[in-house]
Parts: sequence; structure tokens; C-alpha cells
Amino acid sequence: MNDSIVRTLTVSFLVCLFCSLIVSYAAVNLRDLQNLNKLNDQRIKILKTAAIYSPNESIESQFSRLTPKFVDFSTGDLLDQYGDYDLNTYDPVYFSKQPSHSTPIPSSEDIAIVKNKENIGKIYLLKDSSENLEKVILPIRGYGLWGTLYGYIAIDSDLNTIRGLEFYAHKETPGLGAEVDNPKWKALWDGKSIYKNDQVEIEVIKGKVDPLNKMAIYQVDGLSGATLTSRGVTNMLVYWFGESGYKETLKKINYES
Amino acid sequence: MKVKQYKDVLSKPLIEENPITLQILGICSALAVTSNLSVTLVMCVALTSVVSFSNLFISLIRNYIPSSVRIIVQMTIIASLVIVVDELLKAYDYETSKKLSVFVGLIITNCIVMGRAEAFAMKEKPFISFLDGLGNGLGYSVILIAVAVVRELFGAGTLMGYEIFSLVSNGGWYPANNLLLLPPSSFILIGLMIWGIREYKKDQIEPNEFKLSGHATAPDLRKKEANV
Repeated sequence: MNDSIVRTLTVSFLVCLFCSLIVSYAAVNLRDLQNLNKLNDQRIKILKTAAIYSPNESIESQFSRLTPKFVDFSTGDLLDQYGDYDLNTYDPVYFSKQPSHSTPIPSSEDIAIVKNKENIGKIYLLKDSSENLEKVILPIRGYGLWGTLYGYIAIDSDLNTIRGLEFYAHKETPGLGAEVDNPKWKALWDGKSIYKNDQVEIEVIKGKVDPLNKMAIYQVDGLSGATLTSRGVTNMLVYWFGESGYKETLKKINYES
Repeated sequence: MKVKQYKDVLSKPLIEENPITLQILGICSALAVTSNLSVTLVMCVALTSVVSFSNLFISLIRNYIPSSVRIIVQMTIIASLVIVVDELLKAYDYETSKKLSVFVGLIITNCIVMGRAEAFAMKEKPFISFLDGLGNGLGYSVILIAVAVVRELFGAGTLMGYEIFSLVSNGGWYPANNLLLLPPSSFILIGLMIWGIREYKKDQIEPNEFKLSGHATAPDLRKKEANV
């Protein structure tokens, strides 16, 4: 009786219907909280990149130390205004997926496989109490082995020296590529230089950096067992610090300060 | 009579019929999430609630489930519960949910959950099935917490993130045992626990499946050939 086809289909259908209702109810009701958590997590990463994060203070107040700015990628200009968009809630990654607000990158230039780049980006400036520039925090992203890595990089006021690197989302293999989250590896980036004679030279090399090498200041130890992820990180830096990335913007910040 | 039965299904899985040490189920997550006690606790709560409620719901509809699709129906219920738990974690304990990453999702394939659904909830009434799930979840938790305490305390010198032993690397006296932070160490720890429990409960020792024969030495072989 229990095994008739009609019975089987009915029971399966009802179980699925009931379960999907519960799952969607939970997903819809908790979405706001989850998004808030994700946003806070991303903000913590930005603060950590800038090396000003302290777990005891509220994220809101720490975050207010950073000055967000729009970046027009076509000119490299820093803007305070862009249409009606709110500087605080503007999400460049979201707009990179909107055809009206983004430009596809020609595949010959697209070394980091970013695919579509938002027309207007957003960066953060960290200034000291007398309004002098301390650090610039730039969002970067690019393809690793399994998917796109999303992160932030902090550079010093000389606009050449790296001060911090953090990834807030990636799909790399735990234990291998996911070692981009390893604090020891991230610490290697502090003090490295990006440009040499106006060319992006920073590179994640294979193996360990030889400190006696002249190029050591442009090199970071590779992640063992994660050649493609390491290469992806290099490509992403070359792309975002290159002509189509932040190069012009950094020059303009340099004139201003 | 009934109360005793309830008590039994709740307390037996804690030590005597522990799903990890007797049935050797759920080892995968026992290796993966026990390097840090606070993460382990969240995992234990997650698994215990999933196994209790999946037992309850499956038992409620056990008389309506056609046997040809029963495993899939059980999986649907278990998977839905796991997704709900995962969503709750992402909303209320984002940090831990990030650390647990895929292991919350992998509760779906945890043999304890499927095993209890198939072996107990398909045959018994809802309330006792719920208790059975709760008991097994707690049995799983007992072992996981024990493993996590040893691993975190002797591997990192901390418990729940608070420093207990000051490490040599921070200028203290305790040289951390890094092996304990790696997953294989839980194999060793669980092995020791199984040994301990079987010393105390001799009837858990399984009979040998086969007997090793003595060595056939070279002269013996020659003798055999000579006989032929």
C-alpha cells in the first residue's frame, strides 16, 4: 500500500514542499542579519588591512576614521560625488555586474580575469589627525584557481610601499591556496615595493625570496602547493596597479598631497 | 518501565554505546573541528539539534514513508534541518560559522544522523526517537569535547581562546605540541579513548575475524615436498 507509485510521489512531493517552505522561511528571515554580518566582516578586513583594527571598539566608530572616495577609472580622478549614490553604501563589486555601470575588459588586457570592471570604484584614505595622508586602502580582485579572490591592499603614503593585504572572500583549497589567509604569509607583504621605474614589479615568486637578491623588495614567498593561486595574486596586483587600475589615481593622490 | 526506557536511550549512547567509540561513526568531523574548543562546542550543538529533530520528524511520518524512497525522504529532512542550522549560524554567530565553513553542511553526510534515522526513528515513536537523537548527539559531543580539550590545551596552550599554559613562543614555559593541532592527532586520541572504554567494557571487544597462522619455515616446506 505504502509503495504504490501515487503514494510514493505524493509523499515525496509533500516532504519536499514542506522542507522547502521551512528552508526558504529561514533564508528570507535571516537574510538581513546575515548581510549585516557580511558587511561588518568586510569592514573588519578593511580595518585590518589598514592595521587600525581593535576588537574592543565598535566597528562603526573605527570605520569612521577612513575617508571613502569614488575613483573614476577613465581619468583616475578622485570624486566625492557620483550621481545619487551614497559614498558609504556604494558597492563597487555590485556595480561591476551592472552592464550600465561597468565596462568589459578586453581579454588581451585582462590578465587577472576580472572580466567586467565598474566604471567608478571606491577606495579609502586613512589620514592622521592633521589631515596628512597615512595610507591608501584599495580593493583588488582577481581569479585564483577555483574562483575570484576579493581583497584589500593598503599602501603607505609614499604610494609605493605595501602595508597590508587581506582577502575577504575566496574559494581556494583549504591548506593550500587558502593559505592566503595565513597571518604569517600576509605579514611578508609589509614593506614590499610595487613600482620600479614606473613599472609594476611586485611578484609572488616560486619558493623563498633570497634576501640578498636586488629584487627581494619586489618579491614575496610563493605559497607551496598553490602555484596557480600565487600566480593569481601576482596577476591581480599587476592588473590593479597597472594603467587600467589605480596607477593614474595614485599619481593624482601624489600631486594632491 | 517507560521512564527507564527513556533514560536508557538517553544515557546509553554517552559512553557505553557511544556512536563514535563503539560504532566508529562521525569520525570525519571529529578530526576536522576539534582543534579549537569554542568551534567544537558550536559544532556539537549543531549536530545534536540536527540529529534530535531529524529523528523526531522522521519518526512522525515513519508510517507514511514508502520504503522505496525512504533514504531520500530522510535525506531531504536532514538536509533541510542542516541548512536551517547553517543559516542560523550565519546570522547569529558569523565568526564561528566561517571557521566551521563546510563542516556544518557536511552534517548532512554525518553517518550518525543517517544511522539513527534509519535504525531507530523509522521504527520507534516520536518522543523516544527524539530522546535517542539527543542521546546520540550528546554522546558525539562528549567525545568531541574531550578531544578538543586535549588538542587545544596541549596544542596551543589555551582553552576557549583563554591562555592556560603560557607558550615558549610568547616568553612562557610551555613548548606547544604542534602535532596536536593537526587532524591526525584526533585519530590517536580517539583510538586511545576506544582502548580505554574497551578495557572497562570488555564485551565491546570484537572477536578476531581471522586467525594468523604460524610461520611456515623453509625446512617445513622441504619436508612437505619430500613427503609428496
